[in-house]
Amino acid sequence: MQYEAVIGLEIHAQLLTESKMFCGCSTKFGSEPNSQTCPVCIGMPGVLPVTNKKAIEYVIKTGLAVNCDIAPYSRFARKNYFYPDLPKGYQISQYELPLCGHGFIEINIDSETRKIGLTRIHLEEDAGKNIHEGAGNYSFVDLNRAGTPLMEIVSEPDIRTPQEAVEFMKKLRSLVRYISVCDGNMEQGSLRCDANVSVRPVGQKELGTKTEIKNMNSFRFVEKALDYEIKRQIKILREGGKIIQETRLWDSDRGITESMRSKEEAHDYRYFPEPDLVPVEVDDAWIERIQAQLVELPDSKRKRFSSQYGLPEHDAALLTSERAMAEWFEKAVDLGGDPKAVSNWMMGELMRLLNEENRQIEECSLKPGQLAGLLNLIDQGTISGKIAKTVFEEMYRTGMDAAAIVKEKGLVQVSDESEIEKVIDEVLAKNPGEVERFRGGEEKLMGFFVGQAMKMTKGKANPKVLNELLKKKLGNL
Amino acid sequence: MELYSLTLEEARKAIDRGEISPVELAEAVFKRIDTVEDKIHSFITVNRDNALAQARQAEQHIRQDIKHPLSGIPLAIKDNICTEGVRTTCSSKMLENFVPPYESTVTKKLRDQGYVLTGKTNLDEFAMGSSTENSAFGPTRNPWDITRVPGGSSGGSAAAVAADMCIAALGSDTGGSIRQPASFCGVVGLKPTYGRVSRYGLVAFASSLDQIGPITKNVKDAAILLNIISGRDLCDSTSANLPVPDFTSAAGKDIKGMKLGIPKEYFIKGIAYEVGSSVRQAIKQLESLGAVPVEISLPHTDYAVAAYYILATSEASSNLARYDGVKYGLRVEGEDLIDMYMRTREAGFGAEVKRRIILGTYALSSGYYDAYYKKAQQVRTLIKQDFEKAFEKVDAIVTPTSPVPAFRAGEKTDDPLQMYLADIFTISVNLAGVPGISIPCGFTSENLPVGLQIIGKHFDEESILKIAYAYEQSADWHKMKLEL
Repeated sequence: MQYEAVIGLEIHAQLLTESKMFCGCSTKFGSEPNSQTCPVCIGMPGVLPVTNKKAIEYVIKTGLAVNCDIAPYSRFARKNYFYPDLPKGYQISQYELPLCGHGFIEINIDSETRKIGLTRIHLEEDAGKNIHEGAGNYSFVDLNRAGTPLMEIVSEPDIRTPQEAVEFMKKLRSLVRYISVCDGNMEQGSLRCDANVSVRPVGQKELGTKTEIKNMNSFRFVEKALDYEIKRQIKILREGGKIIQETRLWDSDRGITESMRSKEEAHDYRYFPEPDLVPVEVDDAWIERIQAQLVELPDSKRKRFSSQYGLPEHDAALLTSERAMAEWFEKAVDLGGDPKAVSNWMMGELMRLLNEENRQIEECSLKPGQLAGLLNLIDQGTISGKIAKTVFEEMYRTGMDAAAIVKEKGLVQVSDESEIEKVIDEVLAKNPGEVERFRGGEEKLMGFFVGQAMKMTKGKANPKVLNELLKKKLGNL
Repeated sequence: MELYSLTLEEARKAIDRGEISPVELAEAVFKRIDTVEDKIHSFITVNRDNALAQARQAEQHIRQDIKHPLSGIPLAIKDNICTEGVRTTCSSKMLENFVPPYESTVTKKLRDQGYVLTGKTNLDEFAMGSSTENSAFGPTRNPWDITRVPGGSSGGSAAAVAADMCIAALGSDTGGSIRQPASFCGVVGLKPTYGRVSRYGLVAFASSLDQIGPITKNVKDAAILLNIISGRDLCDSTSANLPVPDFTSAAGKDIKGMKLGIPKEYFIKGIAYEVGSSVRQAIKQLESLGAVPVEISLPHTDYAVAAYYILATSEASSNLARYDGVKYGLRVEGEDLIDMYMRTREAGFGAEVKRRIILGTYALSSGYYDAYYKKAQQVRTLIKQDFEKAFEKVDAIVTPTSPVPAFRAGEKTDDPLQMYLADIFTISVNLAGVPGISIPCGFTSENLPVGLQIIGKHFDEESILKIAYAYEQSADWHKMKLEL
């Protein structure tokens, strides 16, 4: 029997607000433990939460970016459970009435577009962290993160393969980074993902028993964990067993998922409306104000790049996957670079150099105008395309302009026919054997002569001129 | 007349005229505490040294002609309102040594107006109770008869005002905790509209019902304090963004033609004879002042106590989760985390608090939520609508504050349900979120005070203060003095 997987994702995204969800403390990452706390986020007796308006706006912004309905009336709720990193003994979250509902994200799988539904997006506060290392028989609690605004995005069970799950995550990460609501850093935990997974025989409508997978903190682990879990479930069913509804933890070292707690051990969170906060009312004017701040999103940018600049679909998709990359591209084009050439240089040399150093385009000292300048030199025939690669790398490393590098290193292209003729003559004189073979019909030796001539001119010979002259000379011989 | 007997208004005048100094006044109050506190036990913490320093500071301000309405006025604060640097226990072992690192909004306002903090007053643990007997630090006694309870949960504040151990006090009211002790102790107690006064710094019992209010020797003083503590607070999202009128201007206004609703459901069963007759007498008195009694109906009254004990305990079960031994307060070490939680909460909470946490946890549990919490919320809506409908016809509603006068210490401690019924007339007011005031309206044959409750529309404290003041001035019960 063939099985298919049914996957739904729950994504937690830490919002890029300056201050916490319900108090004025900073949300900065990596500070001295408990240095970013106050009576409110420590849960002192008598304190009250005050909602961070920016956080609400960020969630609405996200909702608009993923085609959600924005609720005119939504409410916070308390999720009750005991844990040392949860200072109040409850988390302020949303339950019955989330801020956003009914959206979707489109992903591309094998050049086919798939629509993944979104059930809801809601706002909540993050917990602190328990630290067990270096504490002897004790554990320490760091509440710096407690109260950081967290957006939970819940997908419909529309995902069928681990690859789709990864594409979905990538798309979502790209989106939240585009609209600057989350930095998307999975390693630091500012973007986290849990998955609900079940399998069923292909063709069956009703869903199988699901497990929840936690602790997948990279795209790679999402793929591996889901892959493992799907295989595990199919194996159990094939062997006539039953799936137990439970929460499982991905162990990246051992490459397996492991049972964390069963359904019976699951918490009863005793949700009820948060009485310390008034309901959130969002009117059309507010939504319009936020809509107006929305930047062009990856999908429409991609389509525009294709039509406006005549880029192939693949190039357009890659260039628009990160907002900074797309902006870099358009800047270079604005400053005179040919779109296709800019795209080729970015996806070839620039990406290669960035990847080598594991850097983001924002951290790159090479400016779009400098690439445009380089392309100009090629167009004018000042340098050859081959030399340009050397110049590009030099620009990337030093931040100098192309013209300056070309001048300093004497890389100007030689197009003077008499000069090139001299070189050709020398090459032919030095290699009589090859000339003989060429005459005998080994025409592929043409490349050898070009290479020798280039070597002699240190690559500066105008390839077009060189080729023409060589053909002429060899033909006349 | 002794200085400690002064009302807030009288003390203010005497200080402003230079007849007495804040230090003299504070010393008189502390002398009174020295004399009678042993019998009453109003205070958990007496703030003598700080208070005298505050009084000296007030004197300096007065010399510099800096005038604040509370400059040099000794007030007592219920011990569930956080005071920075002054221990705030909520009468619980859990917080026996808890010193807040921050100031509540109300006490900050009082501080800005120059008050002198006499001390922190006793209460039922976490404000859960109606007799101030559920205190980890021992019960408070009623100054009119020390074999009886002062009511609760603000029994310490009400008894301190009645026994002149402060000029006035603040309490908190979740289901009657200001009004019922005020009625038992023969003083004035006002629960403002929900949202009128900031709750920031009030240790939460039931967040959607809690409200801080004044307990005073007369109506005018309640208005003075309400003026100071009211208003929008950015730290409390549930505080109302509405202008605060000058409540003292309600004093002395004519009540002629005002319609007073008399809910028929409040005058049928279980009311002590002398309470009923005092309240009826008071209504006649109000009629003679020109008010017009109108019989009204609050049809869902019977369900109020049940709904209240679901909602209040549900919220409490969540509000009290933070006392887990991890961050502050009591910790009893255990074998592991869960064991530490259990031992801490076992040792830290008293029986009534545990009972309510268990009740509320149950009511919110999955599978029971709809039958209990949700149903209770629906009842709450109906009760709110009862009041809205009634207020279409009347300007205020008049009822007894409590069906009985102060009962004997220990009389109801073994029967929680009987204890809960002590709040039967006050609970609906919290559920509806409307303001209510209790003022003395007579005495029983055993010389126990009886309280009259006047309930107003949302954010219409002015009307109930107007009626209360007119009645008080015509009846003079507030001038009755007890002997200790």
